[in-house]
Amino acid sequence: MTATMQPKSEAAKAPLRGRRAPGEGETPRPRSTGLQLGHWWWALPGIVLVIAIHYVATGIGGFFAFTNWTGIGSFKIVGWQNFEAIFKDPTKLGALTNTLFLAFGSVLLGNVGGLIIALGLNRMLKTRYILRTLFFMPVVLSPLATAYVWKYIFDFDGPINVFLTSIGAGDLAKPWLADPQWAVWTVLVVLVWGSTGFAMVIFMAGLAGVPVEVEEAAAIDGANLWQRFRNVTLPAIRPAIAIATTLGIVQGLRVFDPIMALTNGGPAGATETLATQVYKQAFALGNFGGGAALALVLAAIILFFAVIQQRLTRSNPED
Amino acid sequence: MFRYTKLTLLREIGLWALALIFLAPFYFLVTTALKPDSEMYTTSPLALPKNPDFSNFVAVLTATGNSNVVLGLVNSIIITAGSIVGLIALGSITGYVISRSTRRWSKGAYYLFLIAIILPGQLGAVPLYMGARAMGLTGSAWGLIVLYTGMLLPLSIFLYSNFFRGLGTDYEEAATIDGASRSQIFSKVVLPMMAPATGTVTIFAGLIVWNDFFTSLIFLGGSANQTLPVAMYYYIGSLVSEWNSIFAIVIVSMIPILALFLFAQKRFIQGFSGGLKG
Repeated sequence: MTATMQPKSEAAKAPLRGRRAPGEGETPRPRSTGLQLGHWWWALPGIVLVIAIHYVATGIGGFFAFTNWTGIGSFKIVGWQNFEAIFKDPTKLGALTNTLFLAFGSVLLGNVGGLIIALGLNRMLKTRYILRTLFFMPVVLSPLATAYVWKYIFDFDGPINVFLTSIGAGDLAKPWLADPQWAVWTVLVVLVWGSTGFAMVIFMAGLAGVPVEVEEAAAIDGANLWQRFRNVTLPAIRPAIAIATTLGIVQGLRVFDPIMALTNGGPAGATETLATQVYKQAFALGNFGGGAALALVLAAIILFFAVIQQRLTRSNPED
Repeated sequence: MFRYTKLTLLREIGLWALALIFLAPFYFLVTTALKPDSEMYTTSPLALPKNPDFSNFVAVLTATGNSNVVLGLVNSIIITAGSIVGLIALGSITGYVISRSTRRWSKGAYYLFLIAIILPGQLGAVPLYMGARAMGLTGSAWGLIVLYTGMLLPLSIFLYSNFFRGLGTDYEEAATIDGASRSQIFSKVVLPMMAPATGTVTIFAGLIVWNDFFTSLIFLGGSANQTLPVAMYYYIGSLVSEWNSIFAIVIVSMIPILALFLFAQKRFIQGFSGGLKG
């Protein structure tokens, strides 16, 4: 899931150059130099499958981004036309800004929420493991299934509006998901709910690595709670923050299932994202060239943030 | 100095209050699913059902056609289990070879898999669909198992190869000296030791495949062999705001994964916080 890189282990073992294994049942040759573990061709099925399913398919998809293919029949190469169309079409531009807004918004709020919960659970709590399990629960559930629950909660006749009316704030009640202004914020709430537990778990692991003694020493020296957090805890969990935020962004940029369940991109395209637009253009509208161009834009954005993640995690060898 | 004080108690109570708000959706989910149709319009969404019954669940589990939930459940189990088997088999052996080989290509292969993890799937979806259709793999559980295995293989290989790198080669060296062949070393020495990595792969792959909607929507869409999320999507599409029925199917879809999570929650959470560090 992440791409934290590790330096290759130890020094190289004795080279295996071109040697054939002693056949099964043969007596071992005591003079054979170095270790011979596995045959290189054992890796072949995996490599072929990954090249076919990831690289070849993506390459072909990338090629079609420069064509006007509809998914069947013949096509022409049209150059950058599909990309120009993206920047002229308000729905697709809106999908681009929505994607970035939802990815960054959910990461910001989900990480702040996750950090607060992780700090709250950090020391001395008797029920911390039960609470951790409860807060983590949304992460394992299908985003599609939980989105339906939220759709009901934000329904015009749903719990939120009934609650608002019952406390005398009935004029705040609105059709949350059908309101072009509020729909994207409603989606954001659902995404934050789904990602907070994930950030919490990463922060809890990071906080477990902060030595108690240092915190105690700071407290004895008269540092207050905020100073302790700012100067002791925060620097120590910086790697955890890097991992949680970049993973969250890469995940958030692909958001698809909750949108399909909550709004299907509506009202009037107000909650379209790049992933839903790719699906609609390529599979529903038969504009495969345009869909592929959008997917290429999405891929470029995701790769950009994934590279940043690599940089951030590699500069912290402690992690 | 960190003792259990009144302040800690306060913190504990505060977090429980937060947890209750956080989990409120599950209250609506369960109470609404137990309400018969007659209560849906007469009681408040916040209220408990007066006469809870399971008629919604019966209706959901007996639906037919492309919203056949039971068939979807069976298909999801087959596809998830098949993909996990494929990912363990191919992932472990590939991860093993590229982590043990000292030749240059193995480093190249490692980066090949690493980049494949972050390549977004949407771009390749249509060419893959075309290829799968030409090979007659769309609409079948087999096709999807092959596809998921290929899609998640980079992740599986990455987790296995990092695990093997941390393992050290002492046992394998000893087995070599004792005269074991390479395949004996893998099956008798390495295989029994890789359970932790297999656990992580199973959890990640199981969750991703079980919950996946996009891939199965495209590759099984329109066929009779739906996975659970797709069956759920179609079923809900045919119900207009019949929330009690919708929630019955949502609960049915959640139960397997929730049961597994509560049973093995420590492993899940360790997998997420530990496996992610590579």
